[in-house]
Amino acid sequence: MSTAELAPRPPSGSAIARPPRERTSSWPLADRIGYWLCWAVGIGLCLIALGIVLFMLVKGISYLRPSMFVESPADEIKQSRSGGFLDPLVGTLIVAVVGIAIAAPTGVAIATWLSEYRRPSWLARAVESAIEMIAGVPSVVLAIFALIIFVQPFLGFLSDTDAGGAVSGKSFFAAGAVMAALALPLVVASTREALAQLPDRLREASYALGRTRSTTIRRVLLPAIRPEIASGTALGLGRIIGDTAIITLVLGLTLTNEGVGHVPVISTLRGTGSTLTSYIYTNSPAGEGGSPQKAYAAAFVLLLIVLALNGIVTMLTGGGGDRDGGLLNRAFRLIPYSSRLNWR
Amino acid sequence: MDPMMPPPVRRIAVDRDPYVAPPRPIANGSAPAAPAAAVTRLRTARTPAAHVRQRMSIESVWLAYGENWVVRDVSLPVREGEVLAMIGASGSGKTTLLRSLNRLTEITAGAARSGQITLDGQDIHELEVNDLRRRVTMVFQQPNPFPMSIFDNVAYALAERPARGGRRRRRSPEIEHAVAEALHRAGLYDEVAGDLERSALRLSGGQQQRLCIARALAANPEVLLLDEPCSALDPISTATIEELIVELRESVAIVIVTHNLQQAFRVADHVAFMHLGELVEYGTSEQVFDRPSEQRTRDYISGAFG
Repeated sequence: MSTAELAPRPPSGSAIARPPRERTSSWPLADRIGYWLCWAVGIGLCLIALGIVLFMLVKGISYLRPSMFVESPADEIKQSRSGGFLDPLVGTLIVAVVGIAIAAPTGVAIATWLSEYRRPSWLARAVESAIEMIAGVPSVVLAIFALIIFVQPFLGFLSDTDAGGAVSGKSFFAAGAVMAALALPLVVASTREALAQLPDRLREASYALGRTRSTTIRRVLLPAIRPEIASGTALGLGRIIGDTAIITLVLGLTLTNEGVGHVPVISTLRGTGSTLTSYIYTNSPAGEGGSPQKAYAAAFVLLLIVLALNGIVTMLTGGGGDRDGGLLNRAFRLIPYSSRLNWR
Repeated sequence: MDPMMPPPVRRIAVDRDPYVAPPRPIANGSAPAAPAAAVTRLRTARTPAAHVRQRMSIESVWLAYGENWVVRDVSLPVREGEVLAMIGASGSGKTTLLRSLNRLTEITAGAARSGQITLDGQDIHELEVNDLRRRVTMVFQQPNPFPMSIFDNVAYALAERPARGGRRRRRSPEIEHAVAEALHRAGLYDEVAGDLERSALRLSGGQQQRLCIARALAANPEVLLLDEPCSALDPISTATIEELIVELRESVAIVIVTHNLQQAFRVADHVAFMHLGELVEYGTSEQVFDRPSEQRTRDYISGAFG
């Protein structure tokens, strides 16, 4: 024990001097005003976010019934008999899956080409501008443009054709395709950003082993940025799930999901329907005003879905910054790489 | 200077001037690996390689980025069974020359060249570039393992041939054998054998660099290029890698670029001193370090040794 007593001890009490806490009172007036404004805005935003969540929580929970998840909506004046939102919930799911199934691979491919090849450069610049433009276009403009496209007779197989031969142009296929345009810029942006941040020595190492550019991309670069691709996809999903204008114009806005034809899955995809957003819109006092309580219940469910997606994005990107800390990154290391990678 | 320099006949130096290879500083003298005596032995008591065979020949090579000629009229032989060290100040063109040996210079826009580089008598610019890079592999200054498992890092370098059985090839015994052998050759196997599925990024810097060497060896190259492989590593990892380099020269021709003159002296059989793109002096390391014939070499070596 004597050696422990001889060892130097950390200072304690008044022997420790710490720098004084910075006081804003010594700042110039303009700085102080700016500082307090930042505080006010920050707190205000938190209050607004909290208000939305609390309001939706109270409203949602008081109106939400488990039966709403399993009942289709019905055209009844009486609230007790107008059913639930099973069809809109399924509709949201279908639109999201169709949209992301188109947007994710296309977006990753475009981003890879923009980042790794960029040839010819004039085309790359044109594609960049085009994606920026799509990202900036309001979704209702995309939707009304899509209506012109999908009523063309040669695209009749994607939706319903009436007895007179006119193509309706409204279907899950069509809505999903337009939704893909909505999600595409988000996937492209996050993939591109991630590729640009990969160090060149990774590429060099691969080339120096006699690997072609495309092998390098497939086996080194894209696997390395998997978390970023996933987070871009999740952001795109959020955009798709939250959009109303495209659904209103391109999905037909029928109460239930109406199939077209007899092939099981295809018929639903060719048919019309609604999603949670359009269900909220039509049932709210702003729409036909059928049943505001159900609109609140559906809005609550929608909010939960979007919040869950946000949470997933945060987990995937490791709360921002820390590349090694992402959940997917960690899970990624647990799985033997070679067993997942049989493609070249 | 003469590319047709006779193969080195190693004499065992008994009365070497002590200043030529000062012992490397090792913290507290308590480090387990390679105290000063061992380092000196690495150099002096080493037997020449069993056979020496010329693999590459660099003939009147000029290299430029844009209008800037960074390598000027360099001719050198690269032989299996020996280590060729390229030394020189920053900007002397040694790294560019090294990268031109497997045509990695080509990925830089604006690269231009003149002269001829041959591998086993064939002009490397007539070879398919990816074949060339599998025969002449490279290890870089910064350890750069891929963000995958240790196993996959090495397996990535193996030549892929379409499997006979089916479209998808699972991990086969041959691949496992080849990976283990490459890790053995790089002296890493015993340290990582327990868990080859561990992420390569979890290894220490020295282990990562040996993994990169294993990866570079996996394709069974004829020539191994090392671009300052130890400059990011601590002295103990450096000693391990230097021993490895000396061992490897038996089976593969090695070209190493280094800023560290003591390292060049410890590992190299032949040394090429470059300055501002020109090859100033080429000879056995005894010639270059003990009896440099050029004043510029003498200045560089003495300056660096204090």
